[in-house]
Amino acid sequence: MRRAAPWIVLALALAFPLAMQAEHQNYYLSFASRIFVYALAATSLNLILGYGGMISFGHAAFVGTGAYVSSILLSEGVASAWIGWPAAIAASALAALAIGAVSLRTRGAYFIMITLAFAQMMFFLVNSMKAYGGDEGLSLRERASVGLGVDLGSDVAFYYTALAALAAGLYGLHRLVHSRFGRVIQAIRENEERAEAIGYPVYRHKLVCFVIAGAAGGLAGVLLASHGKYVNPSVLHWTHSGTLMVMVILGGVGKLWGGVIGAAALLGLEDLVANHRVEWLAAIFPNYQQHASLGVGTVLLAIVLFAPQGIAGMLARKKHA
Amino acid sequence: MTRYLLALVWAVAGWLPLPAHAADKVKIGFISTLSGPSAALGVDIRDAFLLAVKLNGGRLGGLPAEVIVGDDQFKPDVGRQLAEKNIKLDKVDFLTGFVFSNIMLASVPVAFENKVIYVSPNAAPSPLAGKQCNPYFFAASWPNDAYHEAAGQYATTKGYQAVYMLAPNYQAGKDSLEGFKRFYKGKVAGEVYTQLGQLDYSAELAQVRAAKPEAVYIFLPGGMGVNFIKQFVAAGLSKDMQLITPGFSSDQDIIRAVGDPMLGIFDAAHWALDLDNAANKKFVAEFEKEYKRLPTVYASQGYDTALLIDSAVREVKGRVENTEGLRQALKSAKFQSVRGPFRFNRNQYPIQNYYLRVVGKDSQGRLVNKTMGTIFKDRGDAYVQECPMK
Amino acid sequence: MSWILIVEQALNGLQFGLMLFLLAAGLTLVFGIMDMINLAHGSLYMLGAFLAATLVQATGSFAAGVLLAIPATAILGMLLEVSVLRTLYSRDHLSQVLATFALILIFNEAVRIVWGPDMPLPMPAALSGPVQLLPGMYYSAYRLLIIGVGAVVAALLYLLVARTRIGMLVRAGASNREMALAMGVNIRWLFTLLFGVGAGLCAVAGALLGPLLAVQVGMGENILILAFVVIVIGGIGSIRGALVGSLLVGIVDTIGRAFLPILFGVFFQPRVASAAGPAIASVLVYVLMAVVLSFRPQGLFPARG
Repeated sequence: MRRAAPWIVLALALAFPLAMQAEHQNYYLSFASRIFVYALAATSLNLILGYGGMISFGHAAFVGTGAYVSSILLSEGVASAWIGWPAAIAASALAALAIGAVSLRTRGAYFIMITLAFAQMMFFLVNSMKAYGGDEGLSLRERASVGLGVDLGSDVAFYYTALAALAAGLYGLHRLVHSRFGRVIQAIRENEERAEAIGYPVYRHKLVCFVIAGAAGGLAGVLLASHGKYVNPSVLHWTHSGTLMVMVILGGVGKLWGGVIGAAALLGLEDLVANHRVEWLAAIFPNYQQHASLGVGTVLLAIVLFAPQGIAGMLARKKHA
Repeated sequence: MTRYLLALVWAVAGWLPLPAHAADKVKIGFISTLSGPSAALGVDIRDAFLLAVKLNGGRLGGLPAEVIVGDDQFKPDVGRQLAEKNIKLDKVDFLTGFVFSNIMLASVPVAFENKVIYVSPNAAPSPLAGKQCNPYFFAASWPNDAYHEAAGQYATTKGYQAVYMLAPNYQAGKDSLEGFKRFYKGKVAGEVYTQLGQLDYSAELAQVRAAKPEAVYIFLPGGMGVNFIKQFVAAGLSKDMQLITPGFSSDQDIIRAVGDPMLGIFDAAHWALDLDNAANKKFVAEFEKEYKRLPTVYASQGYDTALLIDSAVREVKGRVENTEGLRQALKSAKFQSVRGPFRFNRNQYPIQNYYLRVVGKDSQGRLVNKTMGTIFKDRGDAYVQECPMK
Repeated sequence: MSWILIVEQALNGLQFGLMLFLLAAGLTLVFGIMDMINLAHGSLYMLGAFLAATLVQATGSFAAGVLLAIPATAILGMLLEVSVLRTLYSRDHLSQVLATFALILIFNEAVRIVWGPDMPLPMPAALSGPVQLLPGMYYSAYRLLIIGVGAVVAALLYLLVARTRIGMLVRAGASNREMALAMGVNIRWLFTLLFGVGAGLCAVAGALLGPLLAVQVGMGENILILAFVVIVIGGIGSIRGALVGSLLVGIVDTIGRAFLPILFGVFFQPRVASAAGPAIASVLVYVLMAVVLSFRPQGLFPARG
């Protein structure tokens, strides 16, 4: 059953739009697409955080780079996604290379701080680009064109695109983790000195891992900007990195589906709280819907203190109990 | 594992609501800035809007009104998401509420694409007045430049020789100083753009002091203005320079936060508490009774927006699905505005009067803006000729 | 460019730097001695400001309100340490980061629920005006107060750390925790006390900056980042490093914000200059950090070795 699970989920995901179309509820397609995009972003972070053991607080910088580069190209007239999107992904990879090359020379708390600082730097730089909206952000008329008779502007088409990207990302992660490279990365996470003593080029491995995660994050950013047809500097802010981390932890750090579960859980919970009023809760606590972060914070704290393996971890443990 | 999958499917299925859009009520999506340092503005617009609906028996244009209120938290992406939800899920008939131009500009494209009318109770930026004018956009407030043009005209009339100007670095900020310079013909002692949301003006005030202007003109809405004015007076600059602001920067919310240092500030606006017409007298009295505070210009705009929508729905006899009919009804603007005479220009921006006000004390000793005179009569905006709409 | 402008900006930088020091001092000690990354430090700053605003309203006196807020925040800080943070000392950095990030979310909402999104904290009337420092040179009296208080607190802190027994224990713990433990220092009690002092310092900064900036939910996040940059530059665990770091950061940031736009204004249009100036100025602080780290990876005055 366990092996079939991913395929069942995929089948459900493929069928979902057909059900939605029947009910004229395209809004949920849009919402699901958003979950897929964030799942991809969280999964890319999971690679360096969960599998690589690198606590990067600057991941939002790569997501943001992908988002901005693709949006800028589109606003400047590069309408084709086949050009714009790879360019944005390449830009994110480059940013990851540059930031990683410097940051990975530090360890522990310094690494966290430096990644945080770099992310803030990018945030301020982008904020100052008034030509591309600055604070106000950049609004796009339409999404990039993919050709092949597909209009990315339609909710359904975008849904499948996001789904495809997420599926590719998960598959890629799965293959990577089970490859030699993946095993070395995990060995480095377990005990860096020993890995170095054995003779593995630790720095190089970590950097490659960082760049791959950055590129994947960039793809997520491209899709994020494309989905909302809007991008603004807050996507690069360190608190956005924090949100991605929350998703990874919630879902299960170091577990393949951690990013997906975490994104679905967090975004689903947010939507649930904001849009579906629970009357008895509202009776005790009238404005509870505006204070959703309190719940998120408490759940996160509880998970860190009592269930560090996240939701995926709890599911796995139950099986073995 | 099967159990979990079934649970997942069940949860997803059970959670989807069935769509039900009855044409026998009017749904309004109201999204505004209701938290953060500039929340007072959004709260005023919302309170006044809801008051108008309440005074109308919970109806607009004869139909029961459902107002779905959302908080954009001063974030354009949140505003956009809420707009998307209002339009695609709640299927609202009108969208309204945004305070800030940047958040509005990020969010209204969703409305335009889906042919939903947006009536603006505040933000009315120049691009939408000119080249990008849109049939689904109606400004029930005033063109973003208007107060600044009026203030500039006042500075010229008063004969100030050197004026120092400050505004935040976003579209409305840029528009504001352009507007001021359009009518101010003296020397510009300085033109500085600050960060949106900036709270510490020590650096800028030092520069103002060094430039020694006769007057300082600021466009700093909400919390930004509060802090600037406090710091300006604390630095002793108010003794040497006259502070001029657009009307909303010296309004009740700022007065409540700053207090007596506000006395003597001159400002320009399209409305004042003491405007002498029946609609306004009723509005001010009811607002004070309901909310125990005096309304700001923002509140007057929120109230007028509700009255405008009410008149339009009434014109189409409740047939809100008739978007084109609604548009024509809105254009004709057959309602009694609290500001007095009101009509739309062909770009769906208002043509109205602008007054000079000064911060002083009313008969009860409260700090209020008192009307001193009229600066412009029947003024439209500078961008209408670029708009292709008829 | 008048010298008055330069002096005024230098004073502004000093003022900002000293307030930053109050935050950085507590942060660096916690980080240095307990090896704990505490993202919730900014929340204590926010709590301090809100408590001060409430107490000022309740007592009607600015001084009383601020002074009472300090022990109040310190007690809350110590409660937090004993209940939640203590369990994190033995955990890895990731857990600490996530748990304290969760605390930020919780505190922000809790404050919003209890007090609302913001609170007014007016400047004391007596200090609302300017003071003449030199002929033609006026400076805000309140900002002078901040500089004064900041300098006094810095001096007191120095005395505490360098000249008292407790300070000696703190320094011992910072330079070698295991050894200090082995020597019989009651680490648990020391940590709690330390945390309380850090929280108190945050309260001073929050209460004093309240009238200038706004007392609002989320005010801790921005200053937190700068505080971290300061301690990384100064050296984790070192009070002296925190002082030097904060003054450096305060001055670079203020001078940058003030003069870069002018410099850029010579070459570019006002709107571009006004955007580029502050942006480059804020980035300057991070560049400064990167430069310091590249040839002193442990910061300027590391406490260890």
